[in-house]
Formats: sequence, C-alpha cells, structure tokens
Amino acid sequence: MEFEPVICFEVHAELNTRSKLFCACPNAIAQGPNKHICPVCTGQPGVLPVLNKRAVELCIKTGLALNCKINPKARFARKNYFYPDLPKGYQISQYEEPLCEDGTLMVHLRDQELIPVGIKRVHLEEDAGKLVYPSKGIEEAPYTLVDFNRAGVPLIEIVSDHQRDPITSLELAKAYLENIRQLLRYIGVSHCQMELGQMRADVNISLRPKGSKGFGNRVEIKNMSSFRFILEAISYEMKRQEELLRQGQEILQETRLFDEARKITIPMRSKEDAPDYRYFPEPDLVPLDLSERDIQRIREEIPELPWSKAQRFMDQYGLSREEAMVITKEKGVSDYFEACALKFMDKRRLYTWITKELFRIVPREEITPEGCAFPPEFMVDLISLLESKRLTEGLAREVMERSLGGSLSPSKIVELEGIEIMDEKEGLMEVVKKVLVQNPEAVQKVKMGQVNTLNFLVGQVMKETKGKADPKVIRDLLMKEI
Amino acid sequence: MELCDLDIHTLHSKLVSKEITPIDILDSVSKRIREREKDLNSFITIDLELATHMAKESMKRFEKNKGLSMLDGIPMGIKDNMVTKGIRTSCGSKILEHYIPPYSATVVERVLKAGAVLVGKTNMDEFAMGSSTENSAFGPTKNPHALEYAPGGSSGGSAAAVAAGEVICAIGSDTGGSIRQPASFCGVVGMKPTYGRVSRYGLVAFASSLDQIGPITKTVDDCALLLGIMAGHDPKDSTCSSLPVPDYTGFLKRSIKGKKIGIPMEYTVEGIDPDVLKIFGEATERLRSEGAQIEEISLPHTQYAIAAYYIIATAEASSNLARYDGVKYGLRMEDADLLGMYEATRSQGFGREVKRRIMLGTYVLSSGYYDAYYLRASKVRTLIKRDFELAFQEVDVILAPVSPVPPFKLGERIKDPLSMYLVDAYTTPTNLSGLPAISIPCGRIGRLPVGIQFIGRPFDEGGLIWVADAFEETLGGR
Repeated sequence: MEFEPVICFEVHAELNTRSKLFCACPNAIAQGPNKHICPVCTGQPGVLPVLNKRAVELCIKTGLALNCKINPKARFARKNYFYPDLPKGYQISQYEEPLCEDGTLMVHLRDQELIPVGIKRVHLEEDAGKLVYPSKGIEEAPYTLVDFNRAGVPLIEIVSDHQRDPITSLELAKAYLENIRQLLRYIGVSHCQMELGQMRADVNISLRPKGSKGFGNRVEIKNMSSFRFILEAISYEMKRQEELLRQGQEILQETRLFDEARKITIPMRSKEDAPDYRYFPEPDLVPLDLSERDIQRIREEIPELPWSKAQRFMDQYGLSREEAMVITKEKGVSDYFEACALKFMDKRRLYTWITKELFRIVPREEITPEGCAFPPEFMVDLISLLESKRLTEGLAREVMERSLGGSLSPSKIVELEGIEIMDEKEGLMEVVKKVLVQNPEAVQKVKMGQVNTLNFLVGQVMKETKGKADPKVIRDLLMKEI
Repeated sequence: MELCDLDIHTLHSKLVSKEITPIDILDSVSKRIREREKDLNSFITIDLELATHMAKESMKRFEKNKGLSMLDGIPMGIKDNMVTKGIRTSCGSKILEHYIPPYSATVVERVLKAGAVLVGKTNMDEFAMGSSTENSAFGPTKNPHALEYAPGGSSGGSAAAVAAGEVICAIGSDTGGSIRQPASFCGVVGMKPTYGRVSRYGLVAFASSLDQIGPITKTVDDCALLLGIMAGHDPKDSTCSSLPVPDYTGFLKRSIKGKKIGIPMEYTVEGIDPDVLKIFGEATERLRSEGAQIEEISLPHTQYAIAAYYIIATAEASSNLARYDGVKYGLRMEDADLLGMYEATRSQGFGREVKRRIMLGTYVLSSGYYDAYYLRASKVRTLIKRDFELAFQEVDVILAPVSPVPPFKLGERIKDPLSMYLVDAYTTPTNLSGLPAISIPCGRIGRLPVGIQFIGRPFDEGGLIWVADAFEETLGGR
C-alpha cells in the first residue's frame, strides 16, 4: 500500500506596520532589549488595546490576495495561557469570525504546473516577547530574562486547509511555503525574513492510503526556524509515520518538536496534555465594521501578482518562461526590470545585465526601482553605451564598480574618467602585435586552421587591454595580422 | 457644620468669593481624617503631603482668579483600582501591595487637570470583587453611620470617605453595583454611567464588559458636575463612546410632572426585605405626589441576572487577572521552577474571594463547558438587555431598590458567598445591559441609610440627574 501525506501549515508572518498591533510602540528592530515597550505592551494593570488599523488592512490584503472571503464583522478573541513572555497571560487573537476565510493559493510547481492549495483562514494576532537566557549558562546564572520588544508586534496566521485542496506531497509543501513567502513580500505586508523570525511555521502531518479521502491521526510539529528544517521535519515525520503504519501501529495524535541537530522529531506533549486556551470574545475591542468600500480600497492596493506578471513579461518582453520566473520572483526586481525595459529594445541584454551583473553586486531582495544603488536610469544609460559600442562588457562592468556609492551616470563616468574602447588608433594594434610575437605556436596553429586557438589569442589581448577593447574588433585585427 | 461636610458647589462659591482657600478645605478634611480614619479605614493610601502641594497650587490659581473648574481645590478620593502615576495602586490586593504605576488612568488625569486635590486612594474589595469591602487585603472599611456595619462594596472606601467628610467627593467603579450599593448604605449619591460614557483606560480590569467608572458625591448636583468632568471620548479606550457630553448641570432643578417612571414588578416580589420594600413604597409615593406618572413594568428575565452576571464577570476576571504572575511587577514568591513560582505567587497574593472567582471563571470557559455556561450567559444577557429596551418604550426612567437587603453587619455575610452575591440582584441587570443608573438616599432603617436607584436609557445620564435631583428636592436634600 502506498501512503500520501496530508500536510497543513500554520504560517505566521510579522506585518511590516510602523507601530505595534495595540499600542504606539515602534514595530522595528530595537537597539537593545526592552526599548520598544510601554504600559500597554507590557500588560500593566488597567491598560487597554487600541487596534492598529493598518494591520487590519494588511491582513485583509493578504486574504484578498489569497482569494479569501472577508468577514466585515470580524472579532478578536483572547487565547489564555501562562508563559513569562506573554505579558497579559493571554494573547489577543481571533477565533470565531476571523478576518479572512476560505481562500485558495495557486502554487507554482517546478515553475510549470499550477496546483490549487486551500486556505482555511487568515487571521490577525499579536506576537509574544522573547525569553533571553544568560550567556554564562543556566547553572552559573540561574535566571531567565524577558525582552518585550516583540510583544504586541502584529502577526498574521495563514492556515492551509486539510480538506479542500490539501497539500499532499513534500514537493508541494516546499513550493507552497516559497509561494506564500513570495506573495507576502510581493503585496508588501511582510518582509518575511526567516532568520529574523519574521516568518515562522508550524505544521500538521498525517498519512493516509493513497487515493483515500479519510484522515489519519495528525501530528503537529513546532520549533523549526528555517524552510530547510521545516522540510526536513516533514520528511522525517512522513517516514516515521509510514514505518509505524506498516508495522500495524497507531499514530499518536500529539505535538512533537524538531531536533535540528539530530534531524528528528521528538514528542513534546500528547493530545491529553494539549492546553485548553479558553478562548472567548475580547471584551476590550469592539467587533469590526468594514464597509464594501473599505475592502475595495484595500483590493486596489494589491499589485499584479507574480504568476500573472511572469506571463505578461513573456508576452510583452519576449522572455522565456524560465527568465520570466527569475525576473518576477521578487517584486522589486520585476519592477526594476520593467522600469528599464520601457526604454529599450533589447530585453535579453537587459535580462542578462540584471541577472548576471546586478545580482552579483546587489542582493536581489534590495533591488527596487527606488532603492537600488544603481537606479533604472543608470542601467538604461549603461546599456545604451553598450549598444552604441562606446563600452565593452568589461568596461561597462568597470563603470558599475566605479560608480558605487556615487550618483554619477555611466555617461558622466565615461566622460570624466576618459574610459573608452581601445581601437587601432589608440595602440590596440600594438598590443595585438605584441601578443602575436609572444605566442608563435598559437599563431602557427591558427594558420593551420585551428579556430579555437584564435579565441585564446583574443583572450590574451583582452587580458592585456584589461577588457577595454571590443572582442570583435580584436578578432578582426588578429585575422588581418595572421 | 465644618467645611469638610459641605458639597462641591457650596465650597466653590466660598473659594471664588475668597472667603476660604483650598488649604482651608484640605485642613478641614485632614482634621476629619485624623479623627475618623482610625475607625473607618476608608483609605489604603493617604498622601497629605502631595495633597497640600496640590492645594497650594490651587490656592495660587484662585488668588489670580484663575480657577480651572468647579472641582479646583476640592479634596477627593480615588478608588484604589484606578492607576495613579507614581502613587501606589494596590487594588486592595497583596499581589499589588507595592505596585507603583508608570502612568495615570484617563479619569485621574481629567480630575487632576480640573484642579482636584487628591487626598488618597480609597479602600475596596480586592480587585473590586465583593459587596462589603471586607475582601480588602488592607482590612475592611466600616460604615460611618454605625461602625459595626459594612459600608457596602466594592467601592466602600470611596462611599464611606464621602459620607464621613474625609473627602468632598470620590470616584468609584461599578461592575455589578459597586458604586450604587455602597452609596446606598452610606447615604450618599453614586452613579454608574452608561458603559462607554467614561473611559476605562487605567481602571484595573475586573470584568471588562461590565466595569464602569462613576462619581460618588454628597448631592445630585455634585454628581452632575463631577460626571461632566470625567465623561467623554478617549482614544485609548476602544469601548468608550464618542457621543458628546452634555452639560449635566442643565438637567437640575426641573419639574418631573408627567415623567413616566416604571416600577419593575420582578424587583418587589420574593426575597426583598420588608423594610427596604416599605422605604421603596414611600419613595414611589413621593414621586407620584410630585406629578410623576408611575407605571408598573415587567423585566421578565430579572431572575437570571445574578447567574448570568457571575458567569460573565468571573470568566472575564479569570483572564484579566492572569497578568499577575510574578514576572513583571507586583508580588513574586521565589520557588524552584517557573510553575512553582506562579503557584506560590498567586496562592499568596490573592485572597479567598478572588481565587474563588478565578476558579469559577476558568471553569465556565473550559472546553466542553463554554457553551453551557459562558455562551448561555451571553444569551441571557441579550434577553435582559431586551427587557430594558422594551420597558423604555413605555417609560422614561425605571425606579428600583438598590439592593433587596438593608445594610448588614460586618461578618454577617462574608462566610456565605452566595448570600453576598444575592445582594447584587437589582444592580447587576444594569451592568449586563450597559445602562446608566444612579443611587440616591431616600430614608433610613434604624441608624442606617438606604437608597433607591433610577435606571435610564443608554447615555441618558441627564434624564437620571433630572429625576434624581427632583427626588432629592422632595427630601429637602438641597
């Protein structure tokens, strides 16, 4: 019998609002512990939450991008549990009547197939603080500290469906996570930097005989800090459950932790020990009252989404599917491409220059038309110089490097620094002659018809001239001389 | 009569005419505190040094004829569950015995901005849970009219202090009758405004959907004045209304001829004390003779109010009190591990009644019980609210006893929580429905005062002041 997994994600993403969810404290990286705190987010007696409107909008925006139904009368609820990083002894979250329900994400599998994955709900909640353990080790300093900078930071929780279009393979699970992250970054609701904890995921897994519609007992896995660990945990858990099922044993419904060092999951608590969160409607906040106009206004904020953008880039700019996928992976990059593309004929050269040269110097997540160290006008100018043969590729690379940190255009740099293509008049012929003299054997081989050796000679000249000459010109000169 | 026995209006005229200064009033109040506080225990914290500083500032303003408001220079008390920046706020609990808040409640800021002189923080049942002020970790407050009697609760300290002249006016909080019932037992005026009329920001939460802050004063006139200063929109409280605040003093000294006053039949049947019923009957007659139209009405779900109230209030309390865990502030009992620290801190820090309610509340919210208790109580709450809506289609205000029982002695009910809970039978329905209600004195049973309450439509505090003021007039109260 073959088994298939049913994988269900609870993805948490920190929203990139200016302030926290229920107070005016900054939602930003702080210089030291407990810098971004106030009476509200530390749960002082008597404080009350005031809802951050922008966070609600960003949650709805996510829901709309995932084709969810938006609940205009959504409510908040208290999730009660004790933990030192939870200042009020409860988390303000949503339970019944979440903001967004019943959506679908079309997941790109292998950049080819589109597979629907059901989204059960997207809701808004506050983050908890962080426990800080003394660096000496717990024996020497028997205490734990709490940092509340993160307490009250807005989070969205995206829950994938286990019944309607569930995730049933490791490959789809991976693609789902990547697509969710891409989407959240695209629509600008979260930076989703895993290493900063801005995106986290818990996962539920059960196995069932392939083709069956039922569900096995599910296991929840927590404590995974990267995509890789999430996938390793799923992979391990699939094997573990399959082995047990093949031995005729029952899968215990439980919560397990992923041990990153040993790459296995270990039991955390059984179903019987599952906490009772005693959810009830949050009396300190009134139910939302959103109009169709509010929702429409948010809908209008949603930019073109990656998959439709990729298709358009193929149609409009003649990119291959693979190229279109690469260039639309990050919204900033795709916007950058488009800002340049509007001014050029040769989109392929532009594609190459962005993916080969720009990606080499600038991290692709920092590339946007507005924020990139090489603004689109720079790229346009640079490629124009290439097209008009005023620069070689090598010289163009040099111009990019020289311009770093400055605001000069490539044309200006070329003019000020006197950068230009070396040609016959400027001693290129001399270099060619010198190379020929130094490589008599190669010359011999070319004469005997070994064309590849000509490329070697071209390379030698390029090296001598530090890339300042056009390879085509060099080749012509070499042929003439030989 | 000494200055500390006068009302705000009278004192204000004397301040304006420079017959007296704020220091004179504070001196009178201080003297009364010295004489009576040892017996009464109305306060948890008294800070006469700070009060003197405030009174001196106020004096300077009056010297320049620049008084801030009618409240300027008036010594007042604030119930110890409203946070005061830099001044201990204990909530009547050991767990917050040494807690110094980093901020002030919105109402505190408003009265201080109006020039009030803060004398101290008044005694209360721990976390406002109780109807006698006997649940205070700092000892019970005594009824100033007879020391062996309870002053009512949970705002017993505020009511006793006003009645005894230890302050001129005070602020209390009312979750199930905690302003009106002690006002009744101490012979003063107390109002629970509409839910959302006064900001709850800085009020230490007991039951968030029921808690409301209100004034405790000697006269309806003063009540109107103080409410006007406390009420109004606060961006820090999402449940606070943005409706404009009328000038409540504009509702004073009007005739109630033709006013339709409803008497709920369910409030005068079983369980009511005959003396209370007799006083209530006399009050009804007085209103009738003033030309009010008295009509019997029905609030059919009244009998379920106590049950619904003690489910909703304890459920919310169990969550609201979770933050007192020894981690961030307040009492911490060291122990071997985290769970041990939690248990030791909360076992030592909370009193019996608070623990009882946390357990009740935790139970009713538990998985498998939620529907049977919390959800059903919420439905009953809706029905009770509807009862009032229907009644207010017929009448302008509702008249009712404050409590079915007369003032009781200290120790009389504390051993039997259920008998204590029944004291709230006529006050909890208005908290469940969010309506405003005012308690005003109307007679005595033996040495002890008893009040009646008027209940109004949402945000019709003006209407309540209207009838309460006219009623007070019939007693020669002004």
